[in-house]
Amino acid sequence: MTAPVPGGVPDRPPVAERRLHPVTPFRRAWAPLAVLAGWAVHDPNAAQEQLTRLTGTMLLTGLSVLVPAAGLYGFLSWWFTHFAVTGGELRIRTGLLFRRTAHIRLERIQAVDVTRPLLARVAGVAKLRIDVVGAARKDELAFLGEREARALRAELLARAAGFAPETAREVGEAPARELLRVPPRALVLSLLLTGATWGSLAAALVVPPLLWFATHSVWTVLATAVPLLGAAGASSAGRFVAEYGWSVGESPDGLRIDRGLLDRAHETVPPGRVQTVRLVEPLLWRRPGWVRVELDVAGSDNSVLVPVAPRPVAESVVARVLPGVTVPASAARPPRRARWCVPVWWRGHGLVVTDAVFAARHGLLRRRLSLVPHAKVQSVRLTQGPWGRLWRLADVHVDTGAGGTVTARLRDAEEAARLLRAQAERSRTGRRDARPDRWMA
Amino acid sequence: METGSPAETGAAGDEPVWRGLPPGLLRMRRLLLLVWTAVLALAAGLLPGLLAGPVWGTFALLPVALAAWFWRLLGRNWRSWRYAERADDLLIRRGVLWREETVVPYGRMQLVEVTSGPLERYFDLASVQLHTAAAATDAVVPGLDPAEAERLRDRLSELGEARSAGL
Repeated sequence: MTAPVPGGVPDRPPVAERRLHPVTPFRRAWAPLAVLAGWAVHDPNAAQEQLTRLTGTMLLTGLSVLVPAAGLYGFLSWWFTHFAVTGGELRIRTGLLFRRTAHIRLERIQAVDVTRPLLARVAGVAKLRIDVVGAARKDELAFLGEREARALRAELLARAAGFAPETAREVGEAPARELLRVPPRALVLSLLLTGATWGSLAAALVVPPLLWFATHSVWTVLATAVPLLGAAGASSAGRFVAEYGWSVGESPDGLRIDRGLLDRAHETVPPGRVQTVRLVEPLLWRRPGWVRVELDVAGSDNSVLVPVAPRPVAESVVARVLPGVTVPASAARPPRRARWCVPVWWRGHGLVVTDAVFAARHGLLRRRLSLVPHAKVQSVRLTQGPWGRLWRLADVHVDTGAGGTVTARLRDAEEAARLLRAQAERSRTGRRDARPDRWMA
Repeated sequence: METGSPAETGAAGDEPVWRGLPPGLLRMRRLLLLVWTAVLALAAGLLPGLLAGPVWGTFALLPVALAAWFWRLLGRNWRSWRYAERADDLLIRRGVLWREETVVPYGRMQLVEVTSGPLERYFDLASVQLHTAAAATDAVVPGLDPAEAERLRDRLSELGEARSAGL
C-alpha cells in the first residue's frame, strides 16, 4: 500500500502517460457558436426574430457564459484524456463522467493516419487515427503536436512491427521511397473525363430552373438547388482538393499515402493488411489509358490508393502493394449461353485465377477488376438460382475480411463447383507463406 | 494433415461425407405450420362464415391448401441442408431452388456459436454458427441435436485453434 500522493491518481499504472496537445480545448470552445450558427442556418426566420429581440448586453452576457462553459468542458475533457504506449498496446483513457479505457493491440493495427485539417495546420497540430478491426468507434488522438504525432506514429509502427520496446522509440520513421505522384494536370483532366462530374453539374444547372417554372416557389427551388450544387461541388472541386498532391510511397512500415490541398492526410497501411485491390476504368478514361486503384483494408474507410494513373504505373503500384501479384491482362468470359441470364452485360464479366490472386472483372462501360490474394479469403460460396440452373450457370463469391465480397458471376456450373473446392484449398495454403502480423519480427 | 485424422473426422481424403440434419427441425417446423394453419383456417372460415353465410366458410380451405404445399416445401428444404467436415474446412450446402454452398477453412474461424431459442430448446435442438472476419460469411447449421452441436463446436474450435490464422 503506497501513500496516496496529493493530487495524484493512486492506482496509476507504471507507464508514462501523456496528454494531448494544449491546443485541444480550444476546438471545444467553438462548439456552442457552431451549434448556434447551425440553428440559424437551419431555421433562418426564427433566428432573425430572436436576433431582433436580443440586445447587445444580452448577447454579450450569453457569450460570456457559453464560451467559458464550453472552454471549461474542453479543458476538463482534455485534462482527463491520457494515452500511453506500453509493450504491445496503446492505451487511451478518456471521459469526464463516463470513463472509457481503450487498449489497442498494436500488432492488430490495420492502418495509422495522421491528418492535419486546415485549422490544425495553422495551429501546428495533427490528429492521429488508428484503424482496428471490429471497433465501431474510431480511436483518435486529437490533437497532438505535429512533430509528436509523427514520432508517435513511428513508434507505434515500430512496436507493431516487433521491435523491442526500448529501441522502438529510437528506430524513428522508416525511410520511404516514392512510388508515384499524381500531377495536378492529370487529376484535373481525369475529373473532366468523369461522368459523375458532368452529371452532377448538369443536374445542378437544369433541375432548379425546371422546378422554378413548375412551382414558382423560391423555397422549393432553394431546397433542391443547394444540395445539388453541393453535390456538384463535392464531385468536382471537392475531389480535386481532397486528391491534390496525391503521392504513394513505400517503406518498410508499409504503404504511405499523402494527399490533400487544404487538409493534409498521411496514411500508413502496414504490410499484409490489404484485403482487396480494385482497378476501376471509367469509359472515358480508356483512351488515355488511365485507371483508378481502390483498396480495402479491414477497419479503414479510405478506399482510394491511386486516384488516377496510367495503367502500367498503376499495375506496378499494385505489384508493390500485393507482393508477387501481377495484374492479369485478360479474363475468361462466361460461356455464350450466359447471354440468356444477363443479356448484353454478360460480356463484361470475367474471371482469372492465378497462383497469387482471385481476380474477377465486371462492368461493360465502367470496367472493374477486383483482385483478392488467396491468403485473404475468409470463405468461399457458390450460389445458383433456378434460372441459372436451367442454363447450367453459377456464381462464386469470395468473402474477405474487409467486409467485401468479390463475385465471379455466370460461370459454368461444373467449373464453378471445381473452382469452389480449388479456391478453398488455395486460400488455406496461401496463408502459409503470408507474412506475420509483426512484419519485422 | 497435422491434426484430425480421416478416421476421426469420418472424411476420407477429398471425398466429403455429407451429413443431413436430424428430423427434429422438420418436426418442429411442420408443427409450427400446423398451428399457424389451424389459426388461419379458423379465422378464414369463421369470420366470413358467420358474417356472410355458411358457404363463405369454405375460405378455410385456402390456408389448408397452402399448408399442404408448404408441408412439402419444408420437407424439401430440410432435406437440402447438409454439411460435411473435411480435414481442413467445413462445407455447408443448402437450398432447393436457390442453392448455396459455403466453404469455410477452419483457420479462418473467429468464433463458433451454439444458439438455441426457447422453442428450439423445447424440441431439443441447437444451431451452430461460424463467424469469420468477413461479415458476408453466413455459415450456420440449424436444428442439430445439442450433443452433436456441442461436438461440432468443440471440434471446430479445436481445429480452428490448430490452424489459426489472422486476417
